[in-house]
Amino acid sequence: MKKQVPVVITFIVGTVLILSVFFPPAERLGEDFSIFFDIIAVFAFFLGGGNLIRIHTSKIYNKRQDWGFSVVTICGFGLMLMAGLFKLWNPGGIAADVAATGSLFQLMYDWIFNPLGASMYALLAFYVASASYRAFRAKNIDATILLIAAFVILLGRTPLGMYATSWIPESFSIMQIPNLAIWIMVSPNLAGQRAIMIGIALGVVSMSLRLILGVERTYLGVDND
Amino acid sequence: MPDYFKPFRFISIFTISIILIFSFSFLAIGQDTEEEIGYSINDFSPAAATDVVAIDHVYDRGDGVDVTWTLSADDNKFSEYLIFRSENGSSDFVEVGLVLPGFNSYTDKSVESGQSYIYKIGAVYDGKIVESELSNIVVPDTEFINWNLLNLFIIGLLIAGAVIYFIAHAKAGKKLFIRKIAGLDAVDEAIGRATEMGRPILFIPGINDMDDVQTIAGITLLGRVAKVVADYDIKINMPVARSLVMTTARETIREAYISAGRPDAYNDDMVRYITDEQFGYVAAVDGIMVREKPATCFYLGAFFAESLILAETGNSIGAIQIAGTAMPAQLPFFVAACDYTLIGEELFAASAYLSGEPKQLGSLKGQDVGKLIAMIAILLGVISVTISDAWGVTFFDSLYDIMRSMFTIRN
Repeated sequence: MKKQVPVVITFIVGTVLILSVFFPPAERLGEDFSIFFDIIAVFAFFLGGGNLIRIHTSKIYNKRQDWGFSVVTICGFGLMLMAGLFKLWNPGGIAADVAATGSLFQLMYDWIFNPLGASMYALLAFYVASASYRAFRAKNIDATILLIAAFVILLGRTPLGMYATSWIPESFSIMQIPNLAIWIMVSPNLAGQRAIMIGIALGVVSMSLRLILGVERTYLGVDND
Repeated sequence: MPDYFKPFRFISIFTISIILIFSFSFLAIGQDTEEEIGYSINDFSPAAATDVVAIDHVYDRGDGVDVTWTLSADDNKFSEYLIFRSENGSSDFVEVGLVLPGFNSYTDKSVESGQSYIYKIGAVYDGKIVESELSNIVVPDTEFINWNLLNLFIIGLLIAGAVIYFIAHAKAGKKLFIRKIAGLDAVDEAIGRATEMGRPILFIPGINDMDDVQTIAGITLLGRVAKVVADYDIKINMPVARSLVMTTARETIREAYISAGRPDAYNDDMVRYITDEQFGYVAAVDGIMVREKPATCFYLGAFFAESLILAETGNSIGAIQIAGTAMPAQLPFFVAACDYTLIGEELFAASAYLSGEPKQLGSLKGQDVGKLIAMIAILLGVISVTISDAWGVTFFDSLYDIMRSMFTIRN
């Protein structure tokens, strides 16, 4: 029973969502299912928040390794929650928008949360450099082709690429590095991307059918036999 | 007034006089310009939009009306067009939308099936509204089938039919050939390595929720991984970014431990919620990697900008990494930083491939029929457009048009 109910629900919801694409009167049902999901997700947040508090308070209580980080997590979580829930320092009071200008919630979001997020994102530049260094080493023919393509694209996106090959006559303009970079992006690269996209679309169809028909039940933690 | 102020006073008066003279001269130039164009701005009355037509939006549930009009000759003088609507013959018009100058259509999606509506267009000029004539009366209607998507329906039916056929075919005991997927063959090896090193396994199911099929694909693979983990008695660590993924993953791992005969070894803390925020999650997972140094990292699901940050951190701690995603933009990052990458469809095939069950493998075979259709369509399209362009053969021109309409989704 515990395993059959989810399979039946998956079958009904999956079938209705497919039908809602082709039969306009069923569209509303499809939208309703999306709303149901959002409602369930909101309630599930309490489980997530509860889990976060439980794990970190237990870590602090038992003074496990690196428990100091848990103190920061709990304080950050609690402070942001209080600022949002009780609308602390909100110029419009408790009835105003939670993110009103000047509220503690908005200040913390603008001056702590956003800069921290941006710092993490900024790390990406360094990681791109280190990953490129490894990926573009000419170890074999494939890697050499990749290296040349990357070199042409990088050069094509800078003024140097134009400057270095501007002497090439108009009749051979495809050989100018910026044009070559555009050609690589819109022809071989796009063709490869589209092939991947077609594969993904077919994979999604196949996976969805396995789920709807109950052939795939591993997500329920059971074997499919 | 002290004497030292006198020079400043003189300079001030001189400056103000100069400014006044220039202001008057510009005013005079402005008057000339107005005379040149032949009318006073205050008297100008732009032409309204004309020929307002309202028709029922086709193949919908009766909640849409398409309004079109002919642009005014003074279109470039308007700041916007407002769309007004009256209901059931009422003389009260309410604003339902706006479009910028140059646009002559609007779809009103806030109507109800069976009610009658009349529209008019208000062109806004200098804060005033220049109204058009009224449109015809329109009564939106519900259509039961969206014939615009007939091509999608047929293609979908062909692919779904092929998948179901091959599942039945495999059930009947027919042998199917499935190509090797290196990334999936390495799963056992990767878990074995973690066992030998006595270090945990890190499993990241992406940052999307359970309504994303990539997350579901990741969770199905988790079921397989968790079973081996339970057999080998090693630790699995799964930080997640969504609460629903947390509850689903816990259930999956618990059942895997039970089916491995080791329910006592299961612990809820194996799966823990971090945060919904993308970079907050990345920071936490990076911290876990650096502190706990997992021997194996799985990244299976939907990833965005965090993909490379996670994979490079995993690489820096020397973990064996297996990634899989259907986000084409993130695939190059995983390929560069991970040992094995499941590219797009391989992620969705993973669970079926690892299970080795005929009916699951049959569904993979059904996918191949879809690929065959795509290949034939691409070949026909390329050949027909090439011949039609090079030699102007009408037959191939028509063939190309048919191919295009077959694979264009109209809604």
